[in-house]
Amino acid sequence: MRRTVFPHKLLPWLLLAPQLAITLIFFYWPAAQAFRQSVLREDPFGLSSTFVGLANFRKVLNDPSYLNALQVTVIFSVLVAFFAMAIALFLAVQVEKIIRGKGFYRTLMIWPYAVAPAIAGMLWLFMFNPSFGTLAWPLRQLGINWNPLLDGDQAMMLVVAAATWKQISYNFLFFVAGLQAIPKSLLEAAAIDGATKRRAFWTIVFPLLTPTTFFLLVVNTVYALFDTFGIIHAVTGGGPGKATETLVYKVYNDGFVNLIMGDSAAQSVILMVIVIALTAFQFRFIEKRVHYG
Amino acid sequence: MKTVNLMVAGLVAMPMAAQAQTEISWWHAMTGANSEVVEKIAADFNASQSDYVVKPVFKGTYPETLNAGIAAFRAGQAPDIIQVFDVGTGVMMGAQGAIKPVAEVLTEAGFAFDKSQYLPGIVGYYSSPEGEMLSFPYNSSSPILYYNKDIFEKAGLDVDNPPKTWAEVWAAARQIKSSGAATCGYTSTWLTWIHTENFAAWNNVSWASNENGLAGTPELAVDGPLFVKHFQEIADLAKEGVFVYGGRTSEAKQNFTSGECGILTESSGGLGDIVKAGINYGIGQLPYDETAEGAPQNTTPGGASLWVMGGKSDEVYKGVGTFFNYLSQTDVQEFLHQESGYLPVTMAAYEATKASGFYETNPAREVPITQMMGKEPTENSKGVRAPNLPQIRDILNEEFEKMLAGQQTAQEALTAATTRGNAAIKEATGG
Repeated sequence: MRRTVFPHKLLPWLLLAPQLAITLIFFYWPAAQAFRQSVLREDPFGLSSTFVGLANFRKVLNDPSYLNALQVTVIFSVLVAFFAMAIALFLAVQVEKIIRGKGFYRTLMIWPYAVAPAIAGMLWLFMFNPSFGTLAWPLRQLGINWNPLLDGDQAMMLVVAAATWKQISYNFLFFVAGLQAIPKSLLEAAAIDGATKRRAFWTIVFPLLTPTTFFLLVVNTVYALFDTFGIIHAVTGGGPGKATETLVYKVYNDGFVNLIMGDSAAQSVILMVIVIALTAFQFRFIEKRVHYG
Repeated sequence: MKTVNLMVAGLVAMPMAAQAQTEISWWHAMTGANSEVVEKIAADFNASQSDYVVKPVFKGTYPETLNAGIAAFRAGQAPDIIQVFDVGTGVMMGAQGAIKPVAEVLTEAGFAFDKSQYLPGIVGYYSSPEGEMLSFPYNSSSPILYYNKDIFEKAGLDVDNPPKTWAEVWAAARQIKSSGAATCGYTSTWLTWIHTENFAAWNNVSWASNENGLAGTPELAVDGPLFVKHFQEIADLAKEGVFVYGGRTSEAKQNFTSGECGILTESSGGLGDIVKAGINYGIGQLPYDETAEGAPQNTTPGGASLWVMGGKSDEVYKGVGTFFNYLSQTDVQEFLHQESGYLPVTMAAYEATKASGFYETNPAREVPITQMMGKEPTENSKGVRAPNLPQIRDILNEEFEKMLAGQQTAQEALTAATTRGNAAIKEATGG
């Protein structure tokens, strides 16, 4: 058998080329464009553009509505990440207890993941629309003044619920896999030692799940920050007032609706910095506590 | 071998055939029945002559179409004709190097361009401060009042006489609610367009300085006493549950078609959905404030117009001019008006539709026209313009939502909106 020998220098690059090309074209190039745009003041058509240095950044950071968007984003992301993971973990643990039809339940749980964000948003919008929503009516009968069109807190609850609902499936899948990887012998040993189910969960299962939990924390944070645009766009459009305007939504609104390119680009750059910092932080500090077993 | 030869021959022949006719791209945002109208007009025009081919391309919603046009222009790939919605007018007017005025296109193509043939209220809105028509008004609409006759009957209101003034609307709405005829008396789509922009024109009060921005950079005046009074009344009604808020754009139409609300103010272009809902509806003029001097004045157009992009060949411009000339023909306008529900652009088309007896069977179609043409427009009623109107509308909507939620009074809302809006305008004009 003869071994085919390729010139060593070219082949690795050749094999990497498609991935590199995709990264360059779809990440580095737009990112560079955002950087360039963020130091310019330009009219929408690009007919005149002036270099303004960091003026766009200064303006954005001094804008009270930007700080509001930051606050909204933090509240939204923490709520979505927490509920999406907590509920998914609870359901995953419950599914483990089912003896018959486990596969059927699992399939049902995974379903929502296939729904596009905008459609998930529309579903929740229709269910909770104050005038014709199927679920808004019983809420009103209970004496709750349900009106997310005007009540900012209710609007926030609605988008958090929709975003959470959509992400539960994904988290569920990983938690189920994580739970299956936990050796039964440990749980049996705990049972013999007389540990209650609850205690066994918190002292054995939960710590052993940390790699999964940590991975999901990163994924869910990124999801809440970026992938929820479609849901917010469909459900509230950032309103009422600016109650559900997240940083990503503001980038879209300033850039594509209000056509203020410089501000929008500066916001994208800030967002990029936030995400890099957040990911670095998570890997550096939280990963230390992760138990890879 | 033979097939290959044939294919090559075909490839060579194809561009030749296309070269004989000049292609004109037309980006639009029309959906449903209205997009069929676009297709039919283009097809009819293409069949009527052999020099030009107009190719309509659907580009999504109004903002999406505008963004696609802007992105294409930046990439040097702009379409020849682009449909831009009313609030994008300021953006297009600001882009002087990017567009070519329609009046110029028509004259250069050899067509006598007589402004007086067009409906003044509409043409005025799409003209430069110097009076030159910049874009071609394709689809225009105006806000009107819709009411549910069954609910009126139940509430003991006069079914044949819809309320004419805002005070009458409030009284009727309260009666609807208190009599239990419906849970909501009144709702409205587009609070900014109907209750500030058209409210100002219809009641002849200033929306902003410099002829509402038509003559120069505007400074908002929506915190004036008449606006404050009007919005405080709406806020009070909202508190009583008589007025129900639907959303920033046309969402409130559903509150009306579902039978929840008895009275609605909405664009005349929304008629289709109301007819489809099958409710027993009636139509009236947009209400006015009886304390305003000279009210009702005239309403202003919403909808969209066609812009011609700059930097194209003479041949293309000649084609565009020919197409616009075709669009202004009476039978084409009549078709457009009667089929899509939008307003006719020329006086002749209006007269012809009137003569055909169309308005006797469809009285609702004439209301927006008479509203817009009732009086010679004043400096308050030619429409509004700002370099960043979408942003101004956002700001107003945000403040209105806080007001309707009971967090602030009308005075506070309008003062805040004026301050924020003026700061945004200053920013947009590079001040």
